[in-house]
Amino acid sequence: MNSFKALIAASTMLCTVGLAQATDLEVTHWWTSGGEAAAVAEFAKAFDATGNKWIDGAIAGGGNTARPVFISRITGGDPMAATQFNHGRQAEELVQAGLMRDFTELAEKEGWKNFVRPASLLEGCTVDGKVYCVPINIHSWQWLWLSHKAFEDAGVPVPKTWDEFVAAAPALEKAGKVPLAMGGQAWQRTGAFNVLIPAIAGKETYLKVYQDKDEAAAAGPEIAKVFKAADDARRMAAKSNVQDWNQATNLVITGQAGGQIMGDWAQGEFQVAGQVAGKDYSCLPGLGVNELISVGGDAFYFPKLKDADKTAAQEVLASVMLSPETQVAFNLKKGSVPVRGDVDLNAANDCMKKGLDILAKGNTMPDPPRLNTEDTNNQLNDLFVEFFATPSMTPEEAQKRYAEIIAAAD
Amino acid sequence: MANDAPGRPNSLFRNLNAKIASIPMIFTALVVFVGGTVWTVVYSFTNSRLLPRLQFVGLDQYERLWSTPRWLASIENLMIYGVLSLIFSLTIGFVLAALLDQKIRFESVFRTIILYPFALSFIVTGLVWQWLLNPDFGVQHLVRSAGWESFTFNPLYDQSIVIYGILIAALWQGTGLVMCLMLAGLRGIDEDIWKAARVDGIPMWKTYLFIVIPMMRPVFVTTLVIIASGIVRVYDLVVAQTSGGPGHASEVPAKYVYDYMFSAQNLGQGFAASTMMLVTVMIVVVPWAYLEFGGRNKRG
Repeated sequence: MNSFKALIAASTMLCTVGLAQATDLEVTHWWTSGGEAAAVAEFAKAFDATGNKWIDGAIAGGGNTARPVFISRITGGDPMAATQFNHGRQAEELVQAGLMRDFTELAEKEGWKNFVRPASLLEGCTVDGKVYCVPINIHSWQWLWLSHKAFEDAGVPVPKTWDEFVAAAPALEKAGKVPLAMGGQAWQRTGAFNVLIPAIAGKETYLKVYQDKDEAAAAGPEIAKVFKAADDARRMAAKSNVQDWNQATNLVITGQAGGQIMGDWAQGEFQVAGQVAGKDYSCLPGLGVNELISVGGDAFYFPKLKDADKTAAQEVLASVMLSPETQVAFNLKKGSVPVRGDVDLNAANDCMKKGLDILAKGNTMPDPPRLNTEDTNNQLNDLFVEFFATPSMTPEEAQKRYAEIIAAAD
Repeated sequence: MANDAPGRPNSLFRNLNAKIASIPMIFTALVVFVGGTVWTVVYSFTNSRLLPRLQFVGLDQYERLWSTPRWLASIENLMIYGVLSLIFSLTIGFVLAALLDQKIRFESVFRTIILYPFALSFIVTGLVWQWLLNPDFGVQHLVRSAGWESFTFNPLYDQSIVIYGILIAALWQGTGLVMCLMLAGLRGIDEDIWKAARVDGIPMWKTYLFIVIPMMRPVFVTTLVIIASGIVRVYDLVVAQTSGGPGHASEVPAKYVYDYMFSAQNLGQGFAASTMMLVTVMIVVVPWAYLEFGGRNKRG
């Protein structure tokens, strides 16, 4: 439907070329949940205000579904004007193949280096000293979302750490709750495991495994502890039979589930549901154990286009996305942190402030999409989908395969 | 036919119109099918990631493929699914056709009803059966609310039987077509053969088994090819019904190929897997084609 619209838009434009100043830009992304859609509408509003037109190309089903579509459109010679990726290695080869537009000039003119923080975000967009993407938010995975209602119903206090949460699981189950909500999609399984690593084994081990691809560390006793924790998580999530992450978040919002390990984008859902942090739900960064967050996020890449008007409009879109007002409006809705260090965030809620604090202290680390290729991430997905769905698979067995994947990774 | 009539020396120009008309198809077959296949096989020996590139790495991709538990699970599932789907769709299809062949009333109504699921795509079939087999509002729920509280029928969420849940949906969708092909075959049998069999006092089931079925060989071959090609490429049904889950219990090779080529951005691995699928098909098809078409003198 969207491509059809774009086609019509494109053909209309051919007729009126030279007359119209407004340029239609098709922007593709995978933001479809309630909070996400509200956030992306802020971008569309700001871009439309410049006299151009935002053509929304949302693809449902998450990044794993959407990215192949983006990539085949770009490599197949039908590029959109701008597209979302998680910056890092997902679009690496597209950039190397010269299919993406170089934004170094604009970045220097507007001084992105001066206000984008942490600096590593812009580095994620940089290949051979040239800037290829616009980072738009900071997302971190390391959050445990807890429903106050569920714990009240079960008659136990809301936990402050992962261990307390595990200890409270039997009480939750007795009250007919699912202790841990977890969607069945592969990325959510792997994501939860990747959150457990720094929380249980610490930042050192995390970096050894994913940055240095150290096989010995992956097979070592620290990661073994993580697999033990994953085993707990598997038991707690056994009765959670939803697929999408926002359905799982909804179980927490409605108090049917105790908690969920999910990135800070879950916050957008709590906000749309009208819940208040600290009163209706709590958030524990680093699972309440190790207050460390990974810095990753979304970025927009701009494929090279032939049309001169559209090429000019791409620059307008890039500046709009980074402008202070849009950054605040977008990120408040999305539940993420703005990439600009110089904006006013009084409107931020408790959870977001916790995140900002940790960010200010510098307790950060790069997230897996920056360190691993999609190939490695997919192999991890395969492993964890099997692990979480197969109660008979022992943690030891899973760890052995985990170490093999890390050993083969590049 | 081998002797050309005098005055028409070159057989190349005979039926020229037909030959010109088939050029596009020949071209498609050579470039798209053969060319594409060769290209895929060649690139399966490279380390291509997101974009194809010619850096040969020998058999690395194949070694990795055959040590991947997910691929092994996929192959196993395809075997179970393939064998059962072949047996059941042929048997059910033939029995239904034989029943319809008894000159019953409203035959066309029954035929339409049974063929109808074939009009649905695999995606729709998959979704329908995902709902029907969902324990919370499908068959299990229905039986339980009718009073049988302990009834359990939950194939899609049980690793050991999930592939049969997919098989049910596939049979529901595909058997109607098999039935129609069989019915056409049955109608092609000469009425006199039935009369002769009846005169000789041969029971009906024996007539079917020993006279009619052997006579329907060409129909069975056609049906077999149609079913078999459907089995190897099964993908959308699995995606719609279970997306390969729970765990890897309903993964199939075609899904592995897609996931590694596009989602994992590892073309080399995907190509290696699709080459293996091709080899599997070849192992089945080549001996059969040799028997069918190779022994010229046997069948004249």
